[in-house]
Amino acid sequence: MLPLGFLAVFFAWPVLAIVGRGFADGGVAEALGEAETWRLAGFTVAQAAASTAVAVLAGMPVAFLLARVRLPGTALVRTLLLVPFVLPTVVVGLAFRALLPEGGVASIVLANAFFNVAVVARTVGGLWAHLDRRLEDSARSLGASRWRAFRTTTLPALAPAVTAAAAVVFLFCATSFGVVLMLGGARYRTLETEIYLRTVQYLDLPGAAALSLVQLAAVIAALVLGAVARRKREGAIRLRAATDTARRPERGEWWVVGAALAVLALLLVPIIGLLVRSVSTETGFSLAGYRALGGRGQDEVLAVSGWDAALNSLRTATDATVLAMIVGVLAAVVLVALRRTPGRLAQGMGEVMDAALMLPLGVSAVTVGFGYLITLNLLPGDLRTSPLLVPFAQALVIIPLIVRMVLPVLRSVDERQRQAAATLGAGRLRVWREIDLPLTARSLVAAAGFGYVVALGEFGATSFLARPDAPTLPVTIAGLIGRPGELNSQMAYAACALLMLVTVVVVTVIDRLRSGQSSVGEF
Amino acid sequence: MTPRVRAVAALCLAGALSAGCTLAGGGGQQEEGPVTVTLATHDSWNAPEEVLAEFEQRSGIRIKILKEGDAGELTNKLVLAKADPIADVAYGVDSTFASRALAEGVFEPYTSPEADRGPQRYTIDRQHRLSAVDVGDVCVNIDRQWFAERDLPEPETYADLADPAYRGLLVVENPATSSPGLAFLLGTIARFGEDGWQEYWSRLRDNGMLAVSGWEEAYTQEFSGSSGEGSRPVVVSYASSPANEIGEDGLPRTKALLDTCYRQVEYAGVLSGSGQVESAGKVVDFLLSQEFQATVAAHMYVYPAREGVPLPAGWAEAAPLPEDPASLPSERVEAGRERWVEQWRALLNQ
Repeated sequence: MLPLGFLAVFFAWPVLAIVGRGFADGGVAEALGEAETWRLAGFTVAQAAASTAVAVLAGMPVAFLLARVRLPGTALVRTLLLVPFVLPTVVVGLAFRALLPEGGVASIVLANAFFNVAVVARTVGGLWAHLDRRLEDSARSLGASRWRAFRTTTLPALAPAVTAAAAVVFLFCATSFGVVLMLGGARYRTLETEIYLRTVQYLDLPGAAALSLVQLAAVIAALVLGAVARRKREGAIRLRAATDTARRPERGEWWVVGAALAVLALLLVPIIGLLVRSVSTETGFSLAGYRALGGRGQDEVLAVSGWDAALNSLRTATDATVLAMIVGVLAAVVLVALRRTPGRLAQGMGEVMDAALMLPLGVSAVTVGFGYLITLNLLPGDLRTSPLLVPFAQALVIIPLIVRMVLPVLRSVDERQRQAAATLGAGRLRVWREIDLPLTARSLVAAAGFGYVVALGEFGATSFLARPDAPTLPVTIAGLIGRPGELNSQMAYAACALLMLVTVVVVTVIDRLRSGQSSVGEF
Repeated sequence: MTPRVRAVAALCLAGALSAGCTLAGGGGQQEEGPVTVTLATHDSWNAPEEVLAEFEQRSGIRIKILKEGDAGELTNKLVLAKADPIADVAYGVDSTFASRALAEGVFEPYTSPEADRGPQRYTIDRQHRLSAVDVGDVCVNIDRQWFAERDLPEPETYADLADPAYRGLLVVENPATSSPGLAFLLGTIARFGEDGWQEYWSRLRDNGMLAVSGWEEAYTQEFSGSSGEGSRPVVVSYASSPANEIGEDGLPRTKALLDTCYRQVEYAGVLSGSGQVESAGKVVDFLLSQEFQATVAAHMYVYPAREGVPLPAGWAEAAPLPEDPASLPSERVEAGRERWVEQWRALLNQ
């Protein structure tokens, strides 16, 4: 009940209230009938599909590298892959503008893909590493070419992971806000940017409500596709420990490794660009931006110093992760229980709940934030202006990711062990503590770590809710970039470098904790 | 994994967890002493700690700041939450959005004793629900060195920007997503009227104008006169921007074209439904006071609304207050804004 209650109070109620307000004002049907609405929907889906395709194409060779190749440096690759995930969109937007000045749609697609290659590589790589290699080898020994063996045996086995990753990436890209706003210039708009405009600038709630409904419909469609793909995977494959399947690449495989390295090089270009900018000034190289992190910027434009903002980030991300782990793991436990309960009703409830948990990824942060304004004052303690809202909103964003990561592992716990323990007289809690927890501990740590990284970089919801005396690092970076003064922009890039460093440290720690684990997570 | 690594990891985790105490503890410790007045304002809010502390000492009122987005977002949030306001005072609703806030009854009448001493030269409301705190002018800025190096005379007027001699030099912001962009659009509407502005903008478009979504890209990336290494020497920014571009020789590298300015006045007022009207009024007085007014130029890059407040050193030469900026009545902006922005978009995408 707790997960559903949390979602109901901090997600469903505000969203329904603000959309309902749009309906009450009238004109939603009219807005739905406008050709412009459907053109926006078309462009949103098209750019998200294109971005997803690019992310999948770029992510597959990297997944192969992570899963099947034993070469020095792959651990570093795993870590670096997550760096784009935490970079503030405003900074990445500026970087892509600098790389592709006349980019248009191409730069939107590439920037969206830039953020999401890691999702594909880690999701698909996670399954690939555990795939039994002998099937492919036997196809080869029967005379199939390497490519044919891949196409006929490996690819079908990977398909569910690819589709599931694609569904998540599609959700991220369909609702990506900063990238489209910045790189689309005056020309390209999506449902998400238009919902922002109608809500924040025009206060056209009926228009925003209509667009939110269209967006919700698109998101639910993507979730259904993802769910269908996930269901196919279950129990269909025999998994093996990762250590058995990695080896040095042979002949043709070097091409794939080369492609993976090319993708990584492309990912590094914007990142290195940011690092270079953090040390360049009008008059040459300088570390002034890094030194400035101890202060509050030129003309003291910040309320707190860069280091304090970094501490705030660590603190709110911790709160958000703790909260999301509680809600997410409980939700996953319930989902597994429902799945194990016979009967169509329980199964159906499981499916619906599974999809509902993903919805926060597909609903505009503006809608949630403005919904808070008209609902949360009705709760005791008027949470609307509370600093607690930031971790709450970040938790909403990472709960779906945590559920996706923990669920498959919980499902893989052998039911017979649990039944045996129960037969011996262990209570429910005891079974969970003695059986489930030890078997899943490493995956839980990995999920918490990944959630932590996402919370560190979360900007959309945070920027709507962060209090000025407690800004996070991404909020501070956006604030610095929006002010004149060379030192301010240098300090912004130095803060980005700091964010990347923190991410690398966190991811390294997680990957250490989880190395040697034999279960499958989705990220 | 070695035990040592595990221990380090566990320590890190414990450290991170103990840092995160906002969830567990903290929260509503009510202290004795000062009254707290909540001030909702825009993202550009910035005031020196000393001045706020001095006010708290003197009046016994502590100001709690809520930043609620830009002027438009702030106004709309106040409108949405008007039944149960999120703050006691709001500062930052500007002349573009003032009539929406007034029509929705967000503010209640309050005449500040400070108001006689100047600020009301920008008054827009007979009931004194809003008091002017600062003025900002959006003007076209140019990179002086760029023109000097090419022996090209500096542009001065709206007409120059559409002149083929200045082809491909101008970068503007999208009025749908940027407040300086909107102000520049309103400036052209004030100048060319409902009948002429679209024609002027098609000339700008045909003259190689670039439109980007926000001030950040326009000024820090496309513009050649600031920190970025952009290629365009003409940009829509603020009259005060040149004060931040003073070179090592003490001279500003950039200049605002004073014939292209559009004025926005920012107001403060007591929110209807505030539980502490009296203290809220004192905060409005503070915003209009000499002490606070003297900080707005250096900290928020705007000009004090009060007359006779000194500007920071260098502003007189680098960033004088434009004498004759354009402006439109707030009601006219409210009525036309959405339509103009949509027309602008359609025009640009032709």
